[in-house]
Amino acid sequence: MVMFWVSLLAISVLLYLLLDGFDLGVGMLLGTTNSEDNRRAMLNAIGPVWDGNETWLVVTGVILWGAFPVVYATLLSAFYIPVILMLLGLILRGVSFEFRNQHLGTRWIWDSCFILGSLAASFMQGVMVGAMVQGLRFTDGQYSGGVFGWFSDFSILCGAGLCLGYALLGACWLVRKCDSEVREVARRQIPILAAAVLAFLVVVFIHALSDNLPIMHRWIDRPYLFAFPAIGVVAAVVLASSILHRNDYWPFYMVSLMFVAAFGTLALSFWPYMIPFEITIDAAAAPPSTLSFMFWGEGLWVFPLMLLYTAIGYRVFSGKLGSMHGHY
Amino acid sequence: MDLTALLLSRIQFGFTVSFHIIFPAFTIGLAAWLTVLEALHLRTGRPVYRTLFEFWLKIFGVAFGMGVVSGVVMAFQFGTNWSVLSKMSGPIQGPLLSFETFWAFTLEAGFFGVLIFARNRVSPWFYLFSSAMVALGTALSAFWIMVNNTWMQVPLGYVVQDGRFVPVDWTKIIFNSAVWSRFPHMILAAFLTGAFCVAATGAWYLLREKHRAEGRVMLRMGLFLAAVLVPVQLVFGHFVGDYVHDYQPAKFAAIEGRWHDEQPASEVVIALPDPTAETNKYEIKIPVLGSIIASMSLTSKEVGLTDFPPQDRPPVLIPFATFRIMVGCGLIMLALAWLGSYLSVKDRLERNRLLLWSIFLSFPLPFIAIITGWWTAEVGRQPWTVYGVLRTADSMTPFLTAPAALTSLILFCAVYVFIFSFGTYYIYRLLRGGPSNWSMSVVHQEPVAAAGYIAAGE
Repeated sequence: MVMFWVSLLAISVLLYLLLDGFDLGVGMLLGTTNSEDNRRAMLNAIGPVWDGNETWLVVTGVILWGAFPVVYATLLSAFYIPVILMLLGLILRGVSFEFRNQHLGTRWIWDSCFILGSLAASFMQGVMVGAMVQGLRFTDGQYSGGVFGWFSDFSILCGAGLCLGYALLGACWLVRKCDSEVREVARRQIPILAAAVLAFLVVVFIHALSDNLPIMHRWIDRPYLFAFPAIGVVAAVVLASSILHRNDYWPFYMVSLMFVAAFGTLALSFWPYMIPFEITIDAAAAPPSTLSFMFWGEGLWVFPLMLLYTAIGYRVFSGKLGSMHGHY
Repeated sequence: MDLTALLLSRIQFGFTVSFHIIFPAFTIGLAAWLTVLEALHLRTGRPVYRTLFEFWLKIFGVAFGMGVVSGVVMAFQFGTNWSVLSKMSGPIQGPLLSFETFWAFTLEAGFFGVLIFARNRVSPWFYLFSSAMVALGTALSAFWIMVNNTWMQVPLGYVVQDGRFVPVDWTKIIFNSAVWSRFPHMILAAFLTGAFCVAATGAWYLLREKHRAEGRVMLRMGLFLAAVLVPVQLVFGHFVGDYVHDYQPAKFAAIEGRWHDEQPASEVVIALPDPTAETNKYEIKIPVLGSIIASMSLTSKEVGLTDFPPQDRPPVLIPFATFRIMVGCGLIMLALAWLGSYLSVKDRLERNRLLLWSIFLSFPLPFIAIITGWWTAEVGRQPWTVYGVLRTADSMTPFLTAPAALTSLILFCAVYVFIFSFGTYYIYRLLRGGPSNWSMSVVHQEPVAAAGYIAAGE
C-alpha cells in the first residue's frame, strides 16, 4: 500500500513537472515578444491544457497530505515563504488567462502578471528542490532550520536553473504546436536555453562536489545511478540533431526525457528517504486505515481515469494549432 | 492585542477562505443554472435559453477561474501555517481533501474544458451531459469540503495513536448527522446565491429597459427558485443549530449571547455582549423562545457560557453578531422572493420599480449571509481546531515568526484585493453589456469565436 502511494506520488510529481513545466516556460517566454499575434498564438498553445496541468500540483499536494502527512507538514512549513510566493505567482498567472481578454486597455497588466507569475512560480519550485537536495536542518527528527532554512546560494542557483529548464521545455512545446513566426523564434531560443541549462548543470555539479553534499555519497554507493545522466546525454544529442534537422516533433520529447532523467536521478538518490536524509518513506506513511481508504476510494480507479482524461485532453488538442478557434 | 504569528495565521486563513468561498458559492449555483438552461433549450428550442447560456457561461468562466486559483491556496495552507494540525490530522483530513481533488476537481476541470472549447465538436446531448457533470463536480467539491470541515467541528470515528488521529470508522466520519445538515445548508446557500444574482441581473435589465426578454426569464426563474429554497434553507439552518446545540454547547451559548444557565431560556434578539462583565448590554429578549429554539421545549434548561472555563470559551461578539446578520439577510431574501414571485404571477412585478430596485440591490445579500454564516461556524468553534481535542494555539507551525506571517498576510491581501477588484469589474462589464442575441450570431457560424473574442476584448 505504501509503495502504491509512493508510485502515484512520483507519477503526479513527474506529470506536474513536465506538463506545468512547459506552460510555465511558455509563460516566461511570453516576455520575449511584444507582438500581440505572437502572444496570442503562444497562449493558444497552452490555453486548453494549462489548468489541467496545474491540477497535478494539487493532486501532488493532497496525496502528500493524505498518504505522507509528516512530509506534507514538514516541507510546506519549512518552505513557508517559497510556497506562498509560488502560490501567489500561480494565482496571478491563472487569472491572467481569463482577464487579458476582458478589456484591451488593461491587457498589459495581465501580460506582465502572467510573465512574472510564471517566473516566480518556476523560480520558487527550483529553490525548493535545491534546498531539498542540499538537505534541511533537523534536530531530533523535527525540522529546525527556521523560516529561512531554505535560503542558500545553492537553492537560488537551482531556482534559476529550473526557470531555464522550464523555458527550454516551453520553447520546444511552441515549436511543436505553432507555426510561422512563433516557431522560428522558439527555434532560435532552444540552442541558447539548452546551452544555459547545460552550463547550469555543470555549475551545480561542481557546487555539489565542493560542498561535499551528502547526496554525492549516494552516487558512489549506487553506481547504477549513472544510467540516468547517460539517458540525459543521449536525449541531449538527439535534441541537438533534431534541431539541426528542423524537426518540430522530437525536441519536446527529448527535453521531457531529460526532465525524467533528472527526476529519476534525484528520486533514486533520495531513496528510501522522502526528506533526505531524515524521514524515510515508511516513517512518513499514514496509518493503513488511511492508505487503504484512499486506495479503494480513488487511487485504484479515479487515478487511472485522471490519467486517461489527461491523455484524451492532449489528443483532442493534438497537432498544430493552425485554424483552431478557442476561448482564449 | 499583540500581532502574534498565531493571530496573523488565523487572520490569513480566515481571509483566504472567506475570499475563496465567494466564488464556489457563486459557481455552484451558476453551474446548475447553466445545466437547466441547456436542458430547456434542448427541450423547447427557444433561442432565449441559448442566449442566456452563452452569456452566463462567460461569467461562469471568470468566477470559476478565480475560484480555482484561490482554492489551490487552501490545499497548501494547512501545511504552511498549521503544520502540527496537518501532521496530526493528515490521516483523516488528507484523504477527505484528496477525494475532493480526485472526484470533484477533476470532474469540473475536465468537463469545463468541453463547455468552453468543444461546443461544435460534441453532440448536443454530450454537451448537456458535460454541463451536468460540471454542476455535479462543483457540488461534490462542496460535499468533501464540508465533510472535512465537519470532522474538525465534530470529530468522530478516530483514535489517537502516536500523536496522530488514526481513522477507525470512515462511515462515522462521512455519514453523520452534522454532515447531512451542514452540507445541504451550504449547497442551498450556493443555489440561493445563484438565484439572487440571476434575478438581480434580470431586474437590472428591466430597470434599464434593455434585454427585456432575457431579463424577464432571469428575474422569474431566479425569484421562483428562491421562493421555494429560502424556506427549505431556514429548516436546514435549524438542523445545523441542532448539531451545534448537541456537540458544541459553548458555541451555541455564544451565538445566543447566553452567559448564564436559564430555565426556561429566553432568546436574545439583539444586544451588545460584554465579555469582561459576562453580561449583555442593551439587551432585548423574548422569554421562553430560547428553549423552544434550542430544544423544542417550553421548560428546558439551556447552558450559559459561564459553565465553561474562560480558556474554553469562544469569542462571543463575532459569532453573536455574524449569526444575526446571516439570519437577517435570510429573512430579507425570503420577503423579496415571496413578494416578487407573487407579483410576478400576478404580472405586476415589472411595473413595480421599487421592488425591482430592491431585487437588483439584493445581490450582495446571499454572499454576506454565506460569509457571516461561515464566520459564525469558524469563530464559534474556537479555541479549537479539532473540537475539544486540539487547540488552535497548539496547531500552528511552531517556528513560524510574526514577521513572516505578517509579510505573507500583506501579500495575500494585496494580490487578492488586486485581482478581486479587476475580477469584479470585468464581471460587472460583462453583466452590464448583457447577452448578445444568439440566434443572430449563429448565422455567421465561422467568425463566432473571433467575434466573441473581439467583443470580449473590444
